[in-house]
Amino acid sequence: MIEGAIWRKWVFFYVPMALFLLFLLFPFYWMVITSVGELYRPWNSINYNPFWTWKPTWDHVRYLFEETLFASWLWNTTFIALASTAISLVCGVFAGYALSRLNFPFAGSLGTGIFITYLVPQTLLFIPLAEIIRNYRLGDTPWSLILTYPTFLIPFCTWLMMGYFKAVPRELEECARIDGASRWQAMLYIVIPVAIPGILSAGIFAFTLSWNEFIYALVFLSSPAQKTVSVGVTSELIRGDVFFWGPLMAGALLGSIPVAIAYSFFVEHYVAGLTGSVKG
Amino acid sequence: MAISAVSATTLREAPPPRRQRLLEDERWLAFVLLVPTIVLLGMFIAYPFIRGILLSVTSSRVGMPGDFVGLANFYKIFNDGIFRTSVYNTFVYTGVTTVFKLALGLWLAMLLNRNFRGKAFTRAFILLPFIIPTVLSTFAWKWMFDPTFSVLNWLLYHFGLITGRINWLGDPDLAMISIIVVNIWRGVPFFAISLLAGLQTISPELNEAAAIDGAKPWQRFWHITWPLLLPVTMVVVLFSVIQTFADFQIVYVMTGGGPANATHLFATYAYQIAIGTGLLSEGAAIALAMFPVLFLVVIIQLLYIRRVEVR
Repeated sequence: MIEGAIWRKWVFFYVPMALFLLFLLFPFYWMVITSVGELYRPWNSINYNPFWTWKPTWDHVRYLFEETLFASWLWNTTFIALASTAISLVCGVFAGYALSRLNFPFAGSLGTGIFITYLVPQTLLFIPLAEIIRNYRLGDTPWSLILTYPTFLIPFCTWLMMGYFKAVPRELEECARIDGASRWQAMLYIVIPVAIPGILSAGIFAFTLSWNEFIYALVFLSSPAQKTVSVGVTSELIRGDVFFWGPLMAGALLGSIPVAIAYSFFVEHYVAGLTGSVKG
Repeated sequence: MAISAVSATTLREAPPPRRQRLLEDERWLAFVLLVPTIVLLGMFIAYPFIRGILLSVTSSRVGMPGDFVGLANFYKIFNDGIFRTSVYNTFVYTGVTTVFKLALGLWLAMLLNRNFRGKAFTRAFILLPFIIPTVLSTFAWKWMFDPTFSVLNWLLYHFGLITGRINWLGDPDLAMISIIVVNIWRGVPFFAISLLAGLQTISPELNEAAAIDGAKPWQRFWHITWPLLLPVTMVVVLFSVIQTFADFQIVYVMTGGGPANATHLFATYAYQIAIGTGLLSEGAAIALAMFPVLFLVVIIQLLYIRRVEVR
C-alpha cells in the first residue's frame, strides 16, 4: 500500500503501531511483573527499576490460594459463565430460528423488542432486580447470576443467530421436509448444524461477557465463598484503605487467564461475533 | 447426509402424536421456540423495569417497604449537588471518551487494514483489553496510578518531566482524566476491530481508481472511505455511547466516586445511595434518570438501522 521511502513506512506505520501496542498491552505486562515481583518501593527510590525483577516470587500466588478463597471464586465464575452461556445459547438459537425463518403474528415487533433489551445496560435495573432476587430467595446463590446473565446474553445471541439462519438457503430445509422430516426435525438436524460457526461465535462471546460481568455479582452475592473472581478480588483483597497489591495483581492475572485461553482458541469466532453484533 | 439419516428410518410410521402435529404449525412452533426467551426477558428485564419505576415513587429503604411519595425522590435528587456533578461527569465522560475512541479506533483500524507480517497475531493481542474482565484490568491501572508506587510517576520523573509526585486519583480533575484514559484504553480495541470489519468490505479498487484520478490520500479518505464506513461507525458509536453512559466498573474500582464525590457517574452514585446507604427508592430514581438519554439513543439507533435496511 505504501509508496515511497522507507522512512514514511516507519513514520506512518511502525511507530504508531508500536505505540498502540504499548498503550494497549502495557497494563498486562505490569500485572505480570507486580504479581511475581518484590513490592512497595516508592517510585523515587534510588536504583529502583520497576520494569524487571531478578528475584521472581510465588508468594503472592501462594497467598491467594492459601489465605483467600480464590480457588472457589475461579470455580464459581467458571460454573456461572458456562451455565448462563448454555442457557443463552439454547434460548438464542431457538428465538433466532423462529424470528428469522418462521412466519407468525408480531414477529417484527418481537424482534425489535429483543433488540431493545440488547441495549438495556445492567446498571439501569440492578436495584429493583436485587429486590426481586431476594423475593425469589435466589440471593447469594449462583442461580441469581445464572438466571439474570441471560438477560444481556440472549438478545445478543438471538441477534447474531438471526444473521446466520437467514443465510441458510430455504431449499435445504424444504428438501428435508419433502423427505418427511417434521419442522422440528428439519430445524434440529438440517438448519442448526449449518449454523454451528454462528453458535460458536455466540458462545465464546457470551462466555467472555458473563466472565466480565460485575455489578449484578457485586450486588446479589454476599458471602465470600459464593463470590466470582471480580467481586472476590475487589472485596476481599482490600481492607479499608490497605490494598494487597501483590495478591491483587496475581488474582487479576489468574482471573484473566481462563478467559484469555478460551478466547485464544476461538479468536476468529470471537471477531466474527463481535463484528456480527455490530453489523446486525 | 443428515437428510437421508433422518428420512429413512423414523419418519413414515404411525401418524405423529398430537404434540408433533402442533409443532408442524408455524405459529405454534414459533411460540414454543420463543417461550424460554420471553419468560426470562420478561422476568428479569420487563418486570424489574416496572418494579424500578414503582420503587422510585416510594420511600423504600432496605427492609422497609415505604409509602407512596410521588415525585419527591426525583425532586430531591435534582436539588442534590452530587447528583448534578454526576450528570455533568457522565456527559463529559461519555463525550470525551467517545471522540477519542472513535479517532484512535479508526486510526488503528486503518493501520490494521494493511498487509503486514503477524497481522492475525497483532489483531488477537489488540483485543485483549476488551476481553479481560474490566474490573481486573482496571486494578492494574489503579496500581499504575497509585500515588506512592506509581510507575507513571517513575517514568515522568526519570524523563525529568516532574520533580515531585503527582497524586493522580487524589485530585478531582486528574482523577477524571485517569478514568477517561482507562475507558479509552478499554474501548479502542472494540472500535478498531469493528471498524476494521467495515473497512474490509470497501473494495480497494475504489481507492485505486481515485488515486489514478489524482486524489490525495486525505481526499480519498474523506470522499470514499468515510462515507462508506459511516453505517458501521454509527452503530459502533451509538452502541458505545450506551455502554459508556451507563458505565460502572471503571469508576467503582478507580475512585469509588471520590475524591469527595467528584467523579461519580449515574451508576456509581445510584449504587452508593441504594446499596451503600440503603436508600433504595432514591437509588432507583437516580438509575432511572439515565433512562431518557438511553431511550433517545436507542430510538436513533433503531431509526438508523431501519433506514439502512430499507435502502
